[in-house]
Amino acid sequence: MTFLELKDLRIHFPTDDGLVKSVDGLSYSLERGKTLGIVGESGSGKSVTSLGILGLHKGGPAKISGEIWLDGEELVSASAEHVRTLRGKKMAMIFQDPLSAMHPFYTVGAQIIEAYRIHHNVSKKVARKHAIDMLDRVGIPQPDRRVDSYPHEFSGGMRQRAMIAMALSCDPELLIADEPTTALDVTVQAQILDLMRDLQRDFNAALIIITHDLGVVAELSDDILVMYAGKAIEYGTAEDIFERPEHPYTWGLLGSMPRLDRERTERLVPIKGTPPSLINVPQGCAFHPRCAYEDRTGGKSTTEVPALLESEGGHLVRCHLPRDVRRAVWENEIKPNLEAS
Amino acid sequence: MVTYIIRRLIWAAAMLTIVSIVTFAIFFLVPRLAGATPESLATRYVGRTANAEQVKIAAEKLGFYDPLVVQYGRFAKGIVAGSEYDYGPGVEQCPAPCFGYSFLTRLPVWPDLLDRVPVTMSLALGAAVIWVLAGVATGVVSALRRGSFFDRAAMTVALGGVSLPIFFTGMASLVVFSYGYPFEITAPGGSFTPFFENPVDWAYSLILPWITLAFLYAAGYARLTRAGMLETMNEDYIRTARAKGLAERTVVLKHGLRGALTPILTIFGLDVGLLLGGAVLTESTYSLPGMGKYAIDAINSQDLPKVMGVVLFAAFFVVVANLIVDLLYAVVDPRVRLS
Repeated sequence: MTFLELKDLRIHFPTDDGLVKSVDGLSYSLERGKTLGIVGESGSGKSVTSLGILGLHKGGPAKISGEIWLDGEELVSASAEHVRTLRGKKMAMIFQDPLSAMHPFYTVGAQIIEAYRIHHNVSKKVARKHAIDMLDRVGIPQPDRRVDSYPHEFSGGMRQRAMIAMALSCDPELLIADEPTTALDVTVQAQILDLMRDLQRDFNAALIIITHDLGVVAELSDDILVMYAGKAIEYGTAEDIFERPEHPYTWGLLGSMPRLDRERTERLVPIKGTPPSLINVPQGCAFHPRCAYEDRTGGKSTTEVPALLESEGGHLVRCHLPRDVRRAVWENEIKPNLEAS
Repeated sequence: MVTYIIRRLIWAAAMLTIVSIVTFAIFFLVPRLAGATPESLATRYVGRTANAEQVKIAAEKLGFYDPLVVQYGRFAKGIVAGSEYDYGPGVEQCPAPCFGYSFLTRLPVWPDLLDRVPVTMSLALGAAVIWVLAGVATGVVSALRRGSFFDRAAMTVALGGVSLPIFFTGMASLVVFSYGYPFEITAPGGSFTPFFENPVDWAYSLILPWITLAFLYAAGYARLTRAGMLETMNEDYIRTARAKGLAERTVVLKHGLRGALTPILTIFGLDVGLLLGGAVLTESTYSLPGMGKYAIDAINSQDLPKVMGVVLFAAFFVVVANLIVDLLYAVVDPRVRLS
């Protein structure tokens, strides 16, 4: 049995301006001990998906359909109260900005103790001991003293460590990290990523990393899902995505990724245009207004929504370009430019 | 933390000094600038029947011929250390804090003021408890059910509460509840009963003023709480609290309300401080012998020492309330401690 499986998940928000299709028919699966990287620009629906899994998408009258199977339980149809008891215990989340994600008026220890005691019927003293252990585990020096510090007394990296300690305090089986390193210095980013890799191995949790930075997922992920306008447009192993990417959008992401091995004179190639409004998603392929190869689809990309089809060995791509054309473009036009150094 | 407290204490003392200077200036400098002579000022102290000679003697004894700085020094010394009044046949000791003697009753102002404190304190603190509970609860529910019937109804009532003056709501409540129709909840004897004399009568005598006063303030607090809650419930840390698996009730009260409480606390301290100096309208409407009523009566009878005493005493409460709020701030918001 698959540990986590999403089937055709849709999360739509009715607004005054129209229906916002934040997540529009998303499917993926993840096993314990494995890491899935979800990549996309702001507004591609990557965060909403994860909030949906935790049952936290309800910022209003959101409509959710499809299925979320977690360890044999279906969550979309489960009662809100039942999902609440799973939150924190079975599935936990690490947020982007640990300063705003932690309550400024409570000590770090108090917040970890609270998280632990929701799901464990223990005294404050025992929970405090556990909180100190967790802080020690994530590499915070002098945890028995820092446990009584407030979040603003921590540095950014330490705060994110504390946030991770809080998320892991109940030993969750599914851990979702939403842009865990975006708010941090580059040097600290690497430390946090290392920490997450170590902890995942120790806890044998399934890990989902949400990011707009391909560099982050390259380090950690087994599988990678690329999202655009609420849909998956490419989904495969990390090797598939980095060695044999087939979607023009993924090429764009790779091209706009800073790399140390590239020549300094060479410029980054940004993806032209801006992400589409989720109320007025472009007709046909949502990416076509920004796509450089749109003219090679024979006009199909402006009229027909492409299906997510298997290219080879579980590598899924949502593109009208024929497979051979995609591969040829990658091999001959894109890859040489990326590797030119 | 200790330096913070010391700094605030010094500031409070400076503030009170400034208030005393301003008060003194209003009653002694401004009339002089407007053309009043020491004699015309002294007239108020000796009554209308005195002749010019008597007025002159009084002005001399009261020190009105001295420079204003000296006069202020004497005034300030009276408050801090007490003073002596030479009234002719003998010398009267006026122990500190001395605000002088009432023109009307010839009694020292200070003990008179102290008598009024329990009344105003009972009124202000009782009303404060009611308005905080009612206002905050309404605000929280309104914020959580934004746009609902409850929200709209509550905010409409709150708008009414803020806009309707005490002399309207107070009179209306008297009409409805006090003349035996439809039911009567006025005080026995129609006036104030001290708490330690009879707690039941005490509450009974204050219930209408409490509600009237609380209605005015609760309205503002409901709106303030609602706005604060709408803001904090959108904070990231609320999402974190939910992600931990906390029950919604705990999320709202422990994380949401706690975050929205700081500005409410600030306003609360200032409001209570201000009210302790006298709830003029409420006390007048219900004939409660508190500081506000005292001030109004003093002004109406042009009883200068009384007015000065009540102004300074009220300022004292405001400054103390400010001080307490500042100190509480550091307790409520741990981020304040560093600065």
